[in-house]
Amino acid sequence: MRAVLAPEALEAIVEVLRRRDWRVVAPTVRDKAIVYDEIASAAELPIGWKDVQAPGSYRLERRDDEARFGYAVGPQSWKRELLAPSARLLQIERANESFEVVKNAAETKRTAFFGVRPCEVAAIKIQDRVLIGGSYTDEDYLERRTNSFVIAVNCGEPAANCFCASMGTGPKAEDGYDLVLTEILDGSHRFLVEAGTDEGAELLAELPQQPAEKADTTAAEKVTDAARKRMGITLDRSDVHDLLLANLEHERYDDVAKRCLACTNCTLACPTCFCTAIDDANSLSGEGNDRVRKWDSCFTLQYSEMHGGGTRRETKSRYRQWLIHKLSTWHDQFDTLGCVGCGRCITWCPVGIDIREEVAAIRATQEAKS
Amino acid sequence: MAQTLTETAGSLEAMTPVPYAVTATRQDTYDTWTLELEPVNGAPIVPGPGQFNMLYAFGVGEVPISNAGNFETDERLVHTIRAVGAVTKALCAAEVGTVIGVRGPFGNTWPIEDAKGKDVVIVAGGIGLPPLRPAIYHVLKNRKDYGRFVLLYGARTPSDMVFLDEVKSWQSNYDVDLDLIVDAGDTDWKGKVGLVTKLIPPANFDADVAKGFIVGPEIMMKFVAQELMNRDLPAESIYVSMERTMRCGVGLCGHCQVGPTLICRDGAVYTWAEVEKLLAVKEL
Repeated sequence: MRAVLAPEALEAIVEVLRRRDWRVVAPTVRDKAIVYDEIASAAELPIGWKDVQAPGSYRLERRDDEARFGYAVGPQSWKRELLAPSARLLQIERANESFEVVKNAAETKRTAFFGVRPCEVAAIKIQDRVLIGGSYTDEDYLERRTNSFVIAVNCGEPAANCFCASMGTGPKAEDGYDLVLTEILDGSHRFLVEAGTDEGAELLAELPQQPAEKADTTAAEKVTDAARKRMGITLDRSDVHDLLLANLEHERYDDVAKRCLACTNCTLACPTCFCTAIDDANSLSGEGNDRVRKWDSCFTLQYSEMHGGGTRRETKSRYRQWLIHKLSTWHDQFDTLGCVGCGRCITWCPVGIDIREEVAAIRATQEAKS
Repeated sequence: MAQTLTETAGSLEAMTPVPYAVTATRQDTYDTWTLELEPVNGAPIVPGPGQFNMLYAFGVGEVPISNAGNFETDERLVHTIRAVGAVTKALCAAEVGTVIGVRGPFGNTWPIEDAKGKDVVIVAGGIGLPPLRPAIYHVLKNRKDYGRFVLLYGARTPSDMVFLDEVKSWQSNYDVDLDLIVDAGDTDWKGKVGLVTKLIPPANFDADVAKGFIVGPEIMMKFVAQELMNRDLPAESIYVSMERTMRCGVGLCGHCQVGPTLICRDGAVYTWAEVEKLLAVKEL
């Protein structure tokens, strides 16, 4: 099912969903960045804004049109909606000489993610594999995921740090959405919309629309084709798994360790990073504890803390852990790559370390050697 | 491959500590205690040999500790714990009657079924003996199912050895080739002195039909595995138990990964063939 929407029809999407008492979370401008937050009107979308990204740099600028999705991705990802940054799992209370446990089942409202980029759709699929695809199911994630409704938006404006074309995750979403929009700015401003699920089709049926003509689908293809061409291929994923595993002691890790601050920004901004700490927060009386699951990062020393100290004491070991996990060992663990090419780790790295450059440097010297 | 128990479950149940009362405590060494545990309500869990539990000291935190119980004849959980951090210190300070939290069992088991009809060579270093104790009891209680049984136990000093009286009783009561060694003896020590690797060349087993189980510090497991391979025991027949920090125990928190593997999900028991290359890389 496929149709064409006028820009004003985006308001109908928000209205219909809010009438159903769903939360609508979408990109919106706050603190000079595009963040994901609940919106009450499509007017809160970042209309006429674009993001200019470079390693370690992110700026918003005005566009000379009224594009609703004329930017790439901001500092946040949908991870914060699905794998909550902090979730109370249990309350453990002292009871006589023993203790009692109250489980906190997550209760979430039906939530529409409005404006999910193809790389982010791919990231959600990766986290699905990790958190609900194995022997143990993360129920908190499952509850939030079951209650999510994905309105994807294909990309026409990749940022300089975007490399989804290299990772095979964009700029056009192939599946994993309820609805997908492509914003067409060429000619009359309009959106090609396609339903990916029955629920998506139901929503689409409620929207004011025009039938999609051949010219519309061609124009939409042109948008993502141009985006793909603009990005080019900047990371060769075909053999990266073996390349990194064959070069675990590569001297490039000493080099990157001189630049890396081990600040954890890349892991927090990453839409696939899933590591969490399970901590007990004690009440002042000492009679009760909240067991809280929080985002954690392999860049901290505490992450690998055991008796006798951390397993990864040096920054280079922690960077290597992160890099090989994203591009090699994630595949061994979960049968999928752990990187979707969104570029957040490059943009939000305070010193602008670029995963593509690091892989290229390892590849270059490896090839020189062989 | 090590034996894997397949389970499908919700994480919240698996991450909820269950109250267990301490029914006995014993100080094993200057920094190591053994706790026996029984559930406050209901039936106890029955771990397989090689599996671990997450133990919870109320208000302090959780740590993964191997099961050391004799599950052939006894339902009590047994955990031997070295007091090295906040949680293990709190657990070691537990007295009879103290209630601690237990969740598990997690991880895979020693390949005791695959080892049937074969020689079994168990090499333990220091506090590495307790994680092997359930497998040892399984072999002892089903002695006729196995070939020769070699048990080599080394520690830094005699006072670092745990379960020593019990180990000696196995020698008197069962058909087991037991050998003990310490790095440094004391005035009462009349046994061998040196590294546990020294006991492997003379050990009585047939490498063509043997399985080796090793637990100890990583460096010890490395040299023991090497020594077993020098006796022509293939790396695929040598099993070790790996250790990393763990938060969830169910493959969701990411902490216990070593390269391609998550220890709580794929281990903690691995063949030496699976982990030799991983342990050769510093800080992997």
